[in-house]
Amino acid sequence: MRTAYAIIALLLAVMHAHATEIPQAQRRSGYSFMSPDSKAMQDDDTSNPGMLWVLDGEAIWNKPVGTANKACADCHGDATASMRGVAARYPAFDEALGRPVDLEQRINLCRTERQQAPALDYESHDLLALTAFIAHQSRGMPIAPVGDPQLAPFLAKGRELFMQRQGQLNLACANCHDDDWDKHLAGSAITQGQPTGYPMYRLEWQTLGSLSRRLRGCITGIRAQAFSYGSPELVELELYLMSRAAGMPVETPAVRP
Amino acid sequence: MASALINVPKRAKRGDVVEIRVLTSHIMEPGYRRTAAGDVIPRNIITSFTCRYNGSEIFRADLFPAISANPYLSFFTTATESGTFDFEWIGDNGFSQTASAPITVE
Repeated sequence: MRTAYAIIALLLAVMHAHATEIPQAQRRSGYSFMSPDSKAMQDDDTSNPGMLWVLDGEAIWNKPVGTANKACADCHGDATASMRGVAARYPAFDEALGRPVDLEQRINLCRTERQQAPALDYESHDLLALTAFIAHQSRGMPIAPVGDPQLAPFLAKGRELFMQRQGQLNLACANCHDDDWDKHLAGSAITQGQPTGYPMYRLEWQTLGSLSRRLRGCITGIRAQAFSYGSPELVELELYLMSRAAGMPVETPAVRP
Repeated sequence: MASALINVPKRAKRGDVVEIRVLTSHIMEPGYRRTAAGDVIPRNIITSFTCRYNGSEIFRADLFPAISANPYLSFFTTATESGTFDFEWIGDNGFSQTASAPITVE
């Protein structure tokens, strides 16, 4: 009996150790941590620099490329209808590859397979512009992961990586973004790491950047070896972050300090 | 790259003070940074911005290396007559960009 109590006590302790995930009602977009000036910058489409990329993305959407000489619009038509809600449910499972792909990878798959054009480099202007244009079509819609059972093992890996301590500082994502999001790191708010506005215009970057870039920056910050662009680990982390933010509205293109 | 984002009220009453906001796409490389190899990245900034209201200059700004990428400017003028605001940005390496926006004054 005593052993049974000990096991129950241990189980409770373990459960408590994992009970640090942010309750639904307390989830907050990075937007809510910003100064009124930065909020105003995001709210007005004529002062939000991310809109420059959205406009460029629209031009790229309609421009034929590759040996197939096809534009995105030739298959997908009007993006305001066909791309509405798409970014809210990515990363999504790709049957051919047998693993999840994020929006950037989907665009490049479409380019190489359908348009027969060279893939765009990660963080290149054109890829960011197309991604921003497509994600912008979901602005205001709730993030809605599809709950595809094929994604479950990848989602679990992403969650595990989020909870995994790593790097010279021996920190997991969760140590800051689940446990200490209401605190500050030097003068900056830590935030919850909710991926609601990617690609986003980061004032520190002076340009638009992807969620992968943000994750790599954070991983470098804890002095761990950053995963390469397009690596399965980054996509799995993105997948977990999107499931963690399910129901929060898409803000693309967001502005962040 | 999309050229510029312009915010000018479409309509105004005669004598109203209106706010004009312009954002243009530019890297604004200050000329003080170096590459990993130690070479200076040459300066590439916008040096001057002007706004004309029906042909006459109402606002001019000089820009310098400390100004951020994609510079955003906001200024005010009095709506006197219907017409056009013409904007011009001039910079290093022969950079030149123009945009315009109409206003109806009642």
